[in-house]
Amino acid sequence: MTAAAPRAGTRLVDRFERGLDAPICLTWELTYACNLACVHCLSSSGRRDPRELSTQECRSLIDEFERMQIFYVNIGGGEPTIRADFWDLVDYATAHHVGVKFSTNGSRITERVAARLAASDYVDVQISLDGATADVNDAVRGAGSFATAVTAMERLAAAGFTGFKLSVVVTRHNVDQLDAFAAIADRYRAQLRLTRLRPSGRGADVWDELHPTAAQQRQLYDWLVLHGESVLTGDSFFHLAGYGDALPGLNLCGAGRVVCLVDPVGDVYACPFAIHDEFLAGNVRHPGGFASVWRESDLFRSLREPQSAGACSSCGQFDACRGGCMAAKFFTGLPLDGPDPECVLGHGEHALDARGETEPPRPAPDHSSRPRKVAVTLTTARGADGVRSGPDHRPDRSCDEHPLAGFVPAPGPSRP
Amino acid sequence: MPPLTPPTTGAPFDVSRPYALHPQVALRPESFGALAYHFGTRRLSFLKSRTLLAVVESLADQPSGLEACRVAGVAPGELASYERALATLADSGMICERVA
Repeated sequence: MTAAAPRAGTRLVDRFERGLDAPICLTWELTYACNLACVHCLSSSGRRDPRELSTQECRSLIDEFERMQIFYVNIGGGEPTIRADFWDLVDYATAHHVGVKFSTNGSRITERVAARLAASDYVDVQISLDGATADVNDAVRGAGSFATAVTAMERLAAAGFTGFKLSVVVTRHNVDQLDAFAAIADRYRAQLRLTRLRPSGRGADVWDELHPTAAQQRQLYDWLVLHGESVLTGDSFFHLAGYGDALPGLNLCGAGRVVCLVDPVGDVYACPFAIHDEFLAGNVRHPGGFASVWRESDLFRSLREPQSAGACSSCGQFDACRGGCMAAKFFTGLPLDGPDPECVLGHGEHALDARGETEPPRPAPDHSSRPRKVAVTLTTARGADGVRSGPDHRPDRSCDEHPLAGFVPAPGPSRP
Repeated sequence: MPPLTPPTTGAPFDVSRPYALHPQVALRPESFGALAYHFGTRRLSFLKSRTLLAVVESLADQPSGLEACRVAGVAPGELASYERALATLADSGMICERVA
């Protein structure tokens, strides 16, 4: 992003925090259906929701995006290409001056699809990969998902599509592979995009084990500073600005101000990482449609008011990190007007320690194919007759029963 | 299929020459000025004032960048900063030189 110029004194970031007539960047999740079951899925996807928007409703929504001059939408899911009308909707959007960038696990990028994508100026593709090696990736995204993503990238490259995105959620287990990810991106003439792991959706179940350690956060920051604008971050890591220099990007929480999420059933949330009633602004099916939700919902209006810095108000770094990510705080049970759980000054860790026994809010709705692991909070109870009515075994920590508990990826060769 | 780097003519920005908005760029007016989005490079730029938006919108109808500034009401003392802003937009391919 480049800013072009005059008029000193009014900071653009302040204007953005007060909201815009239409979002700069809108995420639109087309379906909750997915052929994978990534352990950290931000939208707890798996099964299609029967209430999902129809083709005609999707087209009407695209018409509205065009009227609002929303330049492009980030389409995700679920796996959006599973929808039978996916390609029709992409064509409809681009014909109506709404550019499309869609995220996919690559499973439906055939040679024919790759050729078609390469021929379009208005469609961009983002291939998700969360390990530079199959062992690290497949532990999170499922067996065979590394090979699927690599095949998709090979097909895009062979079709002559340059500059598609290789999208990586940075975790404790892949943070040492950043150079390897960059090499994979180079190999396929793609651009690397790194984003932050949030405790959203099923991510709430695995965040404790997967989020980068404090030392790894520093390592990530240094790597990002070194690589500058050649690596995209979706403004994901603004909480790291507390280390010193801001990273490229707007460096603000755009939730309800410059970004939002439209989910498969038309619900509008403040951001893609905030799928919870607390951040639900309205539904595009209601009178007034998306525009009135964006412009008039009580939630979005309140987010555009000056926010209290709360416990962070005495911190010298507040202007840099702005208190971090709202969703990360909410789903770890921290107050929204306090430090981010990954505050680089360590205030988040103290806040997490001080939470006590109260369980953080659970991300909802849940469309997982398999029942979600629910944190065990009940202690063993005995009825009046002395018979146990509760579970016999209670894990010491919720992660002890998680499939990734104790998982340490073996160092492996960097291969496509 | 976006190119990895914005297209440039190679020639440095020259405010005395004619320019126009790149055909793949869309402008969206905002209270602070405007957003500009280039569908080819997928880059977003911010025009930080309504006057700059007026300058950019009038480029195609004026014989030079300088004349576009004058028509949009840029005061002589502000010309240098508007020239820099236009140069930034030219560097990122948002505006391009046109045949007069």
